[in-house]
Amino acid sequence: MEKIIELKNVTKRFGGITALNKASLHVDQGEVVGLIGDNGAGKSTLIKTLVGVYGPDEGEIVIRGKKVFNWTALKARESGIETVFQDRALCPQQSIVWNIFMGKELRYPFGFVREKEQVKEANRLIREIGFTSKLIDAESPVGNLSGGERQGVAIARAIYNNAELIILDEPTNALSLNETQKVFEFVNNVKKSNRSVLFIGHNIYHVYDISDRFVILDRGEVVHQLNKEEIKSPEELMKLMRDTIKKH
Amino acid sequence: MNKEKSIIGNIFHKNGRALGSMGYFILLMLVFLIGAPEAWMRPSLHQSVFVMLPTLIFLVIPLVFLVASGEIDLSFASTYAVAAYIFAIMVKTGIDPAIAILAGILTGAIIGAIVGALIVVFRLSSLVASLGMLFLLRGIILLLTESRSITIMEIDTHWTYFALVGNFYGFPMQIFWAAIFVIYCYYLFSKHVFGIHIHHVGDNAVSAEQMGINVKAVKIKAFMFVGIGAAIGGIFTTLITYTFFPTQGFGYLLLALAAVFVGGTPYWGGLGTIVGAIFGVGIIAYMEIGIIAIGWSGTWRQFFNGLIILLALLGHRLHGERVR
Repeated sequence: MEKIIELKNVTKRFGGITALNKASLHVDQGEVVGLIGDNGAGKSTLIKTLVGVYGPDEGEIVIRGKKVFNWTALKARESGIETVFQDRALCPQQSIVWNIFMGKELRYPFGFVREKEQVKEANRLIREIGFTSKLIDAESPVGNLSGGERQGVAIARAIYNNAELIILDEPTNALSLNETQKVFEFVNNVKKSNRSVLFIGHNIYHVYDISDRFVILDRGEVVHQLNKEEIKSPEELMKLMRDTIKKH
Repeated sequence: MNKEKSIIGNIFHKNGRALGSMGYFILLMLVFLIGAPEAWMRPSLHQSVFVMLPTLIFLVIPLVFLVASGEIDLSFASTYAVAAYIFAIMVKTGIDPAIAILAGILTGAIIGAIVGALIVVFRLSSLVASLGMLFLLRGIILLLTESRSITIMEIDTHWTYFALVGNFYGFPMQIFWAAIFVIYCYYLFSKHVFGIHIHHVGDNAVSAEQMGINVKAVKIKAFMFVGIGAAIGGIFTTLITYTFFPTQGFGYLLLALAAVFVGGTPYWGGLGTIVGAIFGVGIIAYMEIGIIAIGWSGTWRQFFNGLIILLALLGHRLHGERVR
């Protein structure tokens, strides 16, 4: 199967702290990879390096078999990688439509924005992901939305761009049961259409249910890479994680 | 709910800040009209306001972009003079005024880029770094000119003079240029990728960066735009008066900033209003001239400037706190 993205021996330091130490990871087409690790294991740093928000100090990033240089967030998005960040990456004073198209506006020549088209698309998207409140339309500011609805906007942005790989960083944090279920449905739909998901989570049960493969990160190092067949239950996965942490 | 009412409510909700500024402007007009009706009816008063207005507009509108991007600039008041100096000295040495104007504007853009780089690349505070630039640039001007002004009467017969600041059936041409500038900036701010990115960067720079917006480039462009606006303002003033003064622009420093905030653009970034800023400029310009026109002593001017600015800001408070 084709590898959509691959990190090879990536190291990232912040001052004296090594947040990632020779970490390697790949995501194949059509698979859901669960990335787990304790607080401070380097999950978010790994994600941000993967999508070009941070530049790696050492190591390589390979996209569909080609090594890339000067990897940036814009290049990642142009290569079909969309991320739903832990902090949602929204601008609360701006409208839903501006947030959905942030950084990838639909443009006329000379940089003017196709406003009507954007509003139409945004309204369709927020219905599609299950915004039910009639008070909310695409031109309402994101600051008026609840936590779950904000997550919905962040996911809508990832959907719109029809990404090959969608990275979800703690997507079920602070969501209601109903909203969590919607996120799961979304991941399954992405998988069905032969696209990939990298799912980062605290909740082992969530990650276990949804993933085809697990990557366990500890103190900046990838300590395990396992297929679902090798792990019989979430409890086993939990035990494995606990054992790794104890070793230190 | 009545549908029509909700549409009006919606318009008010979305444009509250601009409408607020319009309200203060109308209020100020009424106060003057009731306080000194004869002075208010004199066209000469409005004419003198309209000489000042375009220059302020060229300064203030780009500042709205910059403040919305979450930064501030004070150096524009000196950029104004540097660009005008470049223009005047080039005209004086016999270079075509049209080229001199372009050179002056280019100077403004370069100074803006330098100020922006100090803040974005070297991570200095925009308030402090631009304060430094304000004095530094003014110092350079005073040294170069030895505090002497430059008169360019020769511009009087050149086509650029008529095109830019000539008289068109009683209206000064600069009004038309300012109007075109305002319309262009309105679309640039709310319908163009540059303006939209300004909003995102000022609202949440981390999010903007994660979504692939080049935050540093957007901010430097905003500083350059302020430099360009200041340069245009400086050149217009020099054209109108046929004279470059080494102290030119210093008086606009606080007035232009006041117009931005009175106009309804909040200081915290992510929001701004071009229409509001026009009313902000109107309030500031009429205040400057109106107080004198209604026969009060000039000593009252600063008192009323301050009072009106504070009242306007208190009013804008009603539009609420920053949403996060």
